[in-house]
Parts: sequence; C-alpha cells; structure tokens
Amino acid sequence: MSAALRTEELTKDYALGFWRKRPYRALDALSISVPAGEVFGFLGPNGAGKTTTLKLLMQLVYPTSGRAEMLGRPVGDLAVKHRIGYLPEHPYFYDYLTAEELLRYFGSLFGFSAAEARARADRLLDEVGIAGERRLQLRKYSKGMLQRLGIAQALLNDPELVIFDEPMSGLDPLGRRDVRSLILGLRDRGCTVFFSSHVLSDAEALCNQVAILARGRLVATGRLTDMLAFRARGWEMVVAGASDALVAALTPRTRRIVRIGEGRYQLDLPLEPPPERLLADVTAAGAHLVALNPIRETLEDFFIEQVASATDGSHRAV
Amino acid sequence: MKATGAIAINVFRESVRDKVLYNLVFFAILMMGASYLIGQLTAGQDVKIIKDLGLAAMSIFGLFIAVFIGIGLVSKEVERRSIYSLLAKPVRRWQLLVGKYAGLVLTLVVNIGVMTVALYAVLVYLRWGVSPAVEKAWDAPALDPALLKAIYLIFVELALVTAIALLFSTFSTPILSAAFTFGLTIVGQYSTDLRNFQDVLDSPVAQQIARGLYWVLPNLGQFDIKLRIVHGLPVSAGYLGTATLYAALYIAFLLVVSALVFSRRDFK
Repeated sequence: MSAALRTEELTKDYALGFWRKRPYRALDALSISVPAGEVFGFLGPNGAGKTTTLKLLMQLVYPTSGRAEMLGRPVGDLAVKHRIGYLPEHPYFYDYLTAEELLRYFGSLFGFSAAEARARADRLLDEVGIAGERRLQLRKYSKGMLQRLGIAQALLNDPELVIFDEPMSGLDPLGRRDVRSLILGLRDRGCTVFFSSHVLSDAEALCNQVAILARGRLVATGRLTDMLAFRARGWEMVVAGASDALVAALTPRTRRIVRIGEGRYQLDLPLEPPPERLLADVTAAGAHLVALNPIRETLEDFFIEQVASATDGSHRAV
Repeated sequence: MKATGAIAINVFRESVRDKVLYNLVFFAILMMGASYLIGQLTAGQDVKIIKDLGLAAMSIFGLFIAVFIGIGLVSKEVERRSIYSLLAKPVRRWQLLVGKYAGLVLTLVVNIGVMTVALYAVLVYLRWGVSPAVEKAWDAPALDPALLKAIYLIFVELALVTAIALLFSTFSTPILSAAFTFGLTIVGQYSTDLRNFQDVLDSPVAQQIARGLYWVLPNLGQFDIKLRIVHGLPVSAGYLGTATLYAALYIAFLLVVSALVFSRRDFK
C-alpha cells in the first residue's frame, strides 16, 4: 500500500535564549510512514514534539534537517494543499466572522465558486453539528464549537488526507463520540486520517497503526494489534453455573479465581497453555462460558513504560 | 489572484465589524462642531480653517488606522493562531501579505472617501449665502477641486505608512511595531532636513551617514501639500505623478522585504 504521508529523519531545532542562543531539539530524526486509507494515531505526552511535527508537515515551521512528503509530493506544494485538510490544536479564527462566512472565505481560497462554497459550508456545518449557530459571530463560540468548526474547515475540500492536531480536545463525551464516528466515516470514504493525541482511549478506539513519540523521539511504531497482542499476558475467563468441586479442580490450573456471584467466577489464566482445553473441561462439568478475553497490557501501560524509558536515557540539548 | 482578493475582502470586512470606521463618526462630529464655532469668524477665514482642520484630521485618523490595524494584520493572525488554518489552504505566504495589505488599503480608501464627502458637505454649508464676488476674493474657492490633490497625497502617504507597519509586523511584536512605525513616520516627515545636514556638518563621515539616511528613510514630507492647497497655491500633475511613483516603488520594496522575511518565518 502506498504511503499518504512520509517523513525521513525529520529534525527540528529551536533556538532558546535571547543573547546566547542555545539550540533545543524539539524533534529528532523522525521517520514514519502512514499508509493511505488508514487511521494513524500520533501519540505522546504534552511536549513530545507532536505539534512540531504537524507544523512541519504544514510548513508552519521549517525543518532543521530531513524531509517530509504528503501524497507523494514535498510538503508545502500548493497542489498538495488542495488535497489535504488540517485542524490545528485549539483552533481559533476571526472574532467578527460567522461560521458560515468563515467557511465561505476558506472556500474561496480553494477557488470554489460562491454557490459551491455555500453548499459545502451548509453540508459541513450540519455534519459537525453546529448548523444552528451558523450565523453567530465566532467570538461568541465555546471551545467545543470552535473545535467542531475547526474540523469542518479541514474537510471543506473533501481532502484525501487529513491531519488533526488533538481533535478531541475541548469536546465533551458526546462530542468525542461524534468526532470518533466522523473519523471512521472519513476512513470509510478512503480518506487517510493522521491525528495526534495524548488521550489513549481515542487511539485505541480508532487507529490501525500508531507512532509513539516521547521527548522528540520516536519510541515505537506499528500496528496497534501487533503491539498489544505481543504483550498479552494471559486470559481472563468468566464462567457461570460452576460447582464448588469444579472450582476446586480448576484452582491449580489458574493464577487466580475470583467469585463474582452465585456459581459465577472470574478465572485468571496464564498465556500458556491455550485456554481451549480448560474451556472444554468447564463445559463438560456442566458450567458455561460467559466471556473469554486476552489480558493485554493497555496502551496506557505501554505508553507510560515507553515514555519512562525514553525519559531516562535522553538528553534534549543538541 | 482570487485568493489574494478573498483575503483583502476579509480584512476589510473584519475592519468594518471591528468598528474601525467608527472614527468617521468622530470626524463628522469634529467637522460639525468646528464649523459651528468657526462660523463666527470672518467669511473666508472659516473656510480656510475648516479645510486645514479637515485635511489634518484625515491625516491623523488615517495614520492611526494605518499603524494600529497595519501592525495587527499579521501579528494578530500569528498571536491568535488563525494563521495556522489559513496557511494550510492553497495560499502562498506572500499572497497572504499582499492580500492583507490590499484589504487595509481598501479600508483606507473607504475611510478617506467618506471623510472627503463629509468635508465637502461642511464646505457647502459654509459657502451658503456667500456671494460669488466675495468668494472670488478668497485664496481658493470653498469647493476647490484642488483639495482632492491634497487628499490624494494623504492617501498615498498612508498607503506607504501601512506598508511600513506591515513590514515591522512580520517580525516584531505589536508594541514594538507600533513604536517603530510611528518613529519612522515622524522621521520621514523631516527627512529633507537630513539632506541639508550636509551643509552644516563638518565631519565627512557624519555627512555620509546623513546622506545615507536621507536616501534610505521614506521621504514623507513631500506628501504634505495641505498648506499650499489651502492657500490656493498650484500643485502640478507632474509633482503628484513623481510623488506617486516614489511611493509605489517604496511600497513595492517594502512588500518584497516583508514577503522575504515572512516566508522564512517559523510560527512556533
């Protein structure tokens, strides 16, 4: 599958200090590849370099070294900008414009006719759920409404690739759910979604692949399922209708048994041997299966572990 | 071109909604109040004072708009981060600058246009009932079309000051940009004095510096023909043409430098 977005050894140093400027490495040789048509999560704690990376992709800042390309062309190419959408972190627009006017204004920058821009604005305001506030000046908008408008403006040109910086920030649980389904809708339309987040549950719910960044460095990248399955630690089985005798017989084969209720138990099993044989014995003894799940390290645990190890061994000054 | 135009119209719309044109109300009140008070003076003198006052007010109000809106054009976008979504659109950075500049010039045109109409309205009022024989004795007729020459050069000067403000705002903070722009505007009014320094300075180095500054700093004094117009002295089309050409070249130079600075800037 071709890459919708690719960076090679992308590095950014900022100069700190007034008189004696010291370089500060915000991003260190980042190489990632985002396959077309996927939802790709770009994760890391605050200050990890996520926003810097996204700004490099949008050419809001220029790299110290390395290169990046989107849709097969170098970043900054005007033709590419026609085919991508970008939501900045905490988006902010013009106080005295209404949502409708803003989208029409941006539409004219894409070269749309007035009628076309209006039609697109109407559809998107509806899609992001702020159609009722379309004629309200933006200075009266809440943070969540600005976030929704930010998403609408990023989708104005039906982009093939969208880059969202913290798309869930400022949204209530309902808003987060809306954005999640919007992202999945974009993916179903064939759009590649590259989004940054420090909220791991969002990434778990959405991403096929992730890259994890800590202190400006890439610490892990790959398929989320691979990353987590690799770290499966065992199985959690819930059974119902189990007799005391059965529970006693199973005890040596489990790590732990927790009684949930009458005849209902939660069994904590090791990864090996596979749980099929034990399941057969359980059903043969007249009990039945309620649930069987792998016990995996959550992304949260993985995240903390990776970030901690990167923090230990890194020196940020160049 | 279309993108630049869209950006310009947006600047104009924002300025109007940001109540920038409210200064026109002040101008109208000033003109009406002044004409009432000055009406007590000898006919002919009052017309001259109103012309003086009207042109000076246009210059000053225009200067405040050019500087305060001019420095906000870019720095506000950067500070509020609205530039992030804007530059993600198919727009080059220089187009953004030129669009912003054109939008503010458009605001100035509308502003000065309305003030011109108001000034002529007050002059019509003052001329009411004055016999043509009396008016002939004045330095210049009340509804002197030559006033438009002075107003035109006020506009040209403001367009140049806007370009100065824009340049500073591409790399400096709003407060420093305002200070630099005001400073340069004031120095620019007296730049011809720098040329005359050569005659009073002994040190050749100081003479060179004075001459260098004279050539580099904008010569804004040439745009001020208010006094000559009010007193009915002629101003040739050639003079207007040269001043316009000077301003056009200076503005083009400032816009190119602004674009170069802006296109290399990191928006952290």
